[in-house]
Amino acid sequence: MRETSGWIWFIIAGIVIFILGGLHMMTVHMNAILGIFNPAAGDAVDWENVSWRSRNLFFTVTYIFLLAAVLYHGFFGLRTILFELGPSRGAQRFITKFLWCAGIVLFVIGTYAAIAARSIGKVL
Amino acid sequence: MEQIKKVPITFYIRRFDPAADEEPRIQQYVLQVEKGMTVLDCIHMIKEEQDPSLAFRFSCRMGVCGSCAMLINGRPTLACNTQTLDLTDSVLTVAALPNFNIIRDLVPDLVPMFGVHQRVKPYIIRKDAREMEKPSAEYFQSPHQLEEFLQFTYCIKCGVCMAACPTMATDRQYPGPMALTQVYRYNTDSRDDGGGERKDLVAKSHGVFGCHYAGECSNACPKGVDPARAIQLLKRDLVRDYLHLGKDHACARIHPLPPNAERKPKIEAPPFTAGA
Amino acid sequence: MRETRQFDNHLGIIGWLGGGRWGIERYLYIIHRVAGLGILLFFMMHIFESSVRIFGPESWDTAMDVLAHPVFKLGEFVVFFGFAFHALNGLRLILIELGFAVGKAEEPVYPYRSSLNVQRPLMIVVMVIAAVLILAGGMNIFVLD
Repeated sequence: MRETSGWIWFIIAGIVIFILGGLHMMTVHMNAILGIFNPAAGDAVDWENVSWRSRNLFFTVTYIFLLAAVLYHGFFGLRTILFELGPSRGAQRFITKFLWCAGIVLFVIGTYAAIAARSIGKVL
Repeated sequence: MEQIKKVPITFYIRRFDPAADEEPRIQQYVLQVEKGMTVLDCIHMIKEEQDPSLAFRFSCRMGVCGSCAMLINGRPTLACNTQTLDLTDSVLTVAALPNFNIIRDLVPDLVPMFGVHQRVKPYIIRKDAREMEKPSAEYFQSPHQLEEFLQFTYCIKCGVCMAACPTMATDRQYPGPMALTQVYRYNTDSRDDGGGERKDLVAKSHGVFGCHYAGECSNACPKGVDPARAIQLLKRDLVRDYLHLGKDHACARIHPLPPNAERKPKIEAPPFTAGA
Repeated sequence: MRETRQFDNHLGIIGWLGGGRWGIERYLYIIHRVAGLGILLFFMMHIFESSVRIFGPESWDTAMDVLAHPVFKLGEFVVFFGFAFHALNGLRLILIELGFAVGKAEEPVYPYRSSLNVQRPLMIVVMVIAAVLILAGGMNIFVLD
């Protein structure tokens, strides 16, 4: 049962990444073609564009959701691949616990950065 | 009589003698092959004329028993179902089925596969045990209900899908396409009531979610059973079950006899004998 | 029965790669895995690299100057390639693994058609969309930016 629910969340996270990650890819890597969410002319990674997005509540919220989805989806996938290599029961428990801890730590770091970035680039 | 055209084919056969070899070695044989000879025919001829020590399994030689499954030119398939000259006009490699231990030469150890098949309870389970042991009448099943699982009953347990599956290559605890297909086959059988027991066996770590739809099981299956389809439908059923979507179908009931029907005198079934 | 020594004939990780005479879906499976692992590895770095923005414009511009090097531009394209493939193939896998694109059970009549035949049009559409996106991304990264 737990495995079924873990897998369903894995699928849901995948769909979230498809939408939000796709949006991110289009914003940053297809800006010359599409030009979305880049109010200042130039590269998507120019300071003006980055700080505009960082201050925008929509991006703060969606980046946090995207972070959670990517960490869950990525680590569940990694866990699946590692389990298929045939580790012992103890190793499997260790892998699961380690990936949960690593995921939470990285999520906290990324969320902190997303929230701290809300105050960058403000006109003084 | 006109001369039948023979083509010299070089066979590279992977041999393994547990008494003498540390690991398998390749042995080369050259055979004059006629059109119409299956790979099994060729291996028989090699054993008859060139090397009587070559060991391999076979039985029906017509694609219904599943004994002669082996790796032919890199693909697992039935040797009796494979025309030699359709595959090559010069070289053919033959080896034992991968993802199983080799007992000798081309003979794989299929006991783990039969073991996992037994563990998924591949038989009709009903809650009314008395009816199961001493049946009073037939269970009703419509042709539509039969069609939902009939395809998956054609499995001959040859092991080709297990050899083709990439997950089977590394994960020893994975049940494999054959067992998972049989889980779906029995869960979907309207006469069966044991779905809950079987689902608990496969909805866990190293269970059905180890399938990532590489699709080779269905590609390689010699009987068109399509295990990949069964496994995805099984996953769908597990998800539906978990989210409590979808209707719960009642188990097939005993079909009532017409009012003026007569039955032949009951023949007592032999006492129930458990497996060894 | 006399116990004889058996030879372990499991293919191991090589068995994930397949090789010759396998269907295309088998190769999509292995590319999907490799792309997923690649994206995960990249993402571990990306969390930290993109967080540099909280230290102000000077630090950010320094970081972006480093990343403007052609090697990183190629890396950006590789990540985009991996993401586009993994996302679209993932969409196809979601539809398949939830039972939508595999078709109903049907009595096997030779020549056998399987769920692989049923999902092939979906696979082609998905690959075409992925190719279009990858080309667009490549244009954007190397030519237009």
